[in-house]
Amino acid sequence: MVPIVERRMIVPNVHLLTVEAPEVAESAQPGNFVILRPGDDGERIPLTIADWDADAGTVTSVFVQVGASTARLARLTAGDQVPSYAGPLGCATEIAHFGDVLLIGGCYGIGSIYPIAGALTAAGNRVFVLIEARSSYLLFWEDRLHEVAERVIIVTRDGSRGYRGHVTRLAEILTLEGIHPDRVVAHGCTFQMMTVAAQTRPLGVKTMVSMNPIMIDGTGMCGVCRLTVAGSRKFACVDGPEFDAQEVDWDEVLARRESYAAEEVSPLRRSGCASHF
Amino acid sequence: MGSRIDAGRQPMPKQEPAERVRNFDEVALGYPAETARREAARCLACKKPKCVDGCPVGIDIPGFIQLIVDGDFAAGIRKLKETNALPAVCGRVCPQEEQCEKTCVLGKKGVPVAIGRLERFLADREAEQGPLEPPAAAAPNGRRVAVVGSGPAGLTVAADLALLGYAVTVYEALHEAGGVLTYGIPEFRLPKAIVAREVEYVRSLGVELRLDYIVGKTRTIDKLLDTFDAVFVAAGAGLPWFLDIPGENLNGVLSANEYLTRCNLMRGYRFPACDTPLKRASRVAVFGGGNVAMDSARTALRLGADEVHIIYRRSREELPARAEEAENAEEEGIIFDYLTLPVRLVGDEHGWLSEVECLRMELGEPDASGRRRPLAIPGSEFRLPMDASVCAIGNSPNPLVPMTTPGLEVGERGTIVTDEDNGRTSRERVWAGGDVVTGAATVISAMGAGRRAARSIHESLGGSTGGAGQ
Repeated sequence: MVPIVERRMIVPNVHLLTVEAPEVAESAQPGNFVILRPGDDGERIPLTIADWDADAGTVTSVFVQVGASTARLARLTAGDQVPSYAGPLGCATEIAHFGDVLLIGGCYGIGSIYPIAGALTAAGNRVFVLIEARSSYLLFWEDRLHEVAERVIIVTRDGSRGYRGHVTRLAEILTLEGIHPDRVVAHGCTFQMMTVAAQTRPLGVKTMVSMNPIMIDGTGMCGVCRLTVAGSRKFACVDGPEFDAQEVDWDEVLARRESYAAEEVSPLRRSGCASHF
Repeated sequence: MGSRIDAGRQPMPKQEPAERVRNFDEVALGYPAETARREAARCLACKKPKCVDGCPVGIDIPGFIQLIVDGDFAAGIRKLKETNALPAVCGRVCPQEEQCEKTCVLGKKGVPVAIGRLERFLADREAEQGPLEPPAAAAPNGRRVAVVGSGPAGLTVAADLALLGYAVTVYEALHEAGGVLTYGIPEFRLPKAIVAREVEYVRSLGVELRLDYIVGKTRTIDKLLDTFDAVFVAAGAGLPWFLDIPGENLNGVLSANEYLTRCNLMRGYRFPACDTPLKRASRVAVFGGGNVAMDSARTALRLGADEVHIIYRRSREELPARAEEAENAEEEGIIFDYLTLPVRLVGDEHGWLSEVECLRMELGEPDASGRRRPLAIPGSEFRLPMDASVCAIGNSPNPLVPMTTPGLEVGERGTIVTDEDNGRTSRERVWAGGDVVTGAATVISAMGAGRRAARSIHESLGGSTGGAGQ
């Protein structure tokens, strides 16, 4: 059981959650995630860590409200308890001196690339950050990212800020910006990461993506987070979550994510929206 | 109809099959006191009891059985708890026919005493009467031991060492204690209230329990060794094995770990009252022939499946499941496809499982395990329409501790290497036991490993093993 320090909607449908979990904060590394349950009968939800403060003993994640469980989480507020909160899980992002690194964040990924940017900058890399959203009002943490990156590039679907479009324009944007990354790391929805993979393939640049399949225990036991990477079975919770984007079997990932799509929202329907907001 | 395992002994009252497949309540109802006393009276009270040799934790079996005969049930449970901290669990899930009951003298000519059922009787009786006083623990000795995992091995070590005066902290990765007893074994075979009670008993001995604490991640073993005198690793099961046949990443294809965890730990059978969903499939194939396969198949039935098949490549004779569980599954209408090997999982156009392609097998010469090797009959392919499959062929040990503990020797299949007599690992002050050492095995063998490790930890931290002449 951990107390919530802050839970706040930072842009529509995207929430920040900070809890007091000193031992998790002490061990957290960029790219790790936590598993939590929003209520006593709640699902175990994996959330990537977006920030932490070892001195204050706090850990922060950014999450998007998509189904019944994240709706429950979004109803909690400072002073409430999260009944279970465990981590840090998964292997950390590889931090080394690569040269020029491009970090791409969409949705919650705008938050989770923040500590990676900091660590890569500290390791002597020139870090470029590209964040994307449907519209400018859905962007967040731009100021924080500026602090840890050489440049922050913005892409919005409606063109209200930065480049108009999506990461489907990535190769073109890199040319326009004059960036030749030695490594790319992307955090976001499956579609975004798959698109990044397709865009960087012809460039031959090593691209890591943070996979977010369905998980239950998250500790290397249940096997539901399996995916095929370079033709062999990998488990995102203990072998990942970051994998080489060019080696991931994306069609399979997309199909497996759909397996509980109906159930993800059906409790919302049953209980009526009122109880969730 | 008397079942094979009940001939000559007091039958176990059970829920009727037609009734029980519609609920998750416990199937076996337990002996009433009179029945227990009648069954206990069958014990010959051998001078040199063979049954005790068959018990991995060395319970004084004739001793507790005599106390049932005498009607002194409170003394009986105390006798049991001298050597077994979890009798309500063991009485239900131990494979007694492979252990104590296998070596019972009565079994030579007839049917052995129902030792497991009598053990369960005493434990349940105790629960009905309210908790017993925990046995007197030794004075605190100032030593601290960390236990990784709150399954049967971890709980046994914790209880044994707490009684010897150690300050014990048990770290559990999941949000509920009990390990496989909680996430793996279904409610209808081992009610979670019973597991909770046994965990409470261990806590009543002064053991501290930390949930949601992932040793290897939240803290490493090396860090724990800074503040603890010894660490016992009982992290249990890890990633599931699959058949390595085409189609295993289709939707609707699950591991038993996933299926049972969704149902038991996450209470998925109560979806949407509980948030974790569990698909209600109408035709389910379960691969494997052990207890986990039986549990998965019977779970599928209770979730409303119309037809559940257990697909097993050997014959009924080689079935590794407890005889009682296989019988229960048969009574409930599970279809057993023996000598059948799944070779391919076929999906529909949306990526969901639609058919399981199998081959017929025949038994050849005995293999390394002593069992007759199943051989495929060429050209015998056939397909079973299925909308879900559950793979229950075992798992590797949990990888988190080996991945994060330098110098910890690990065997071929990822198991932690230990000295079998005492559970010592290649690292100083680190012991290990249970499934993380043996691969998937039984509750009681994990408890036996815990018992041996506790003794070894006690010896090495300066205690004696007690008992003169041992």
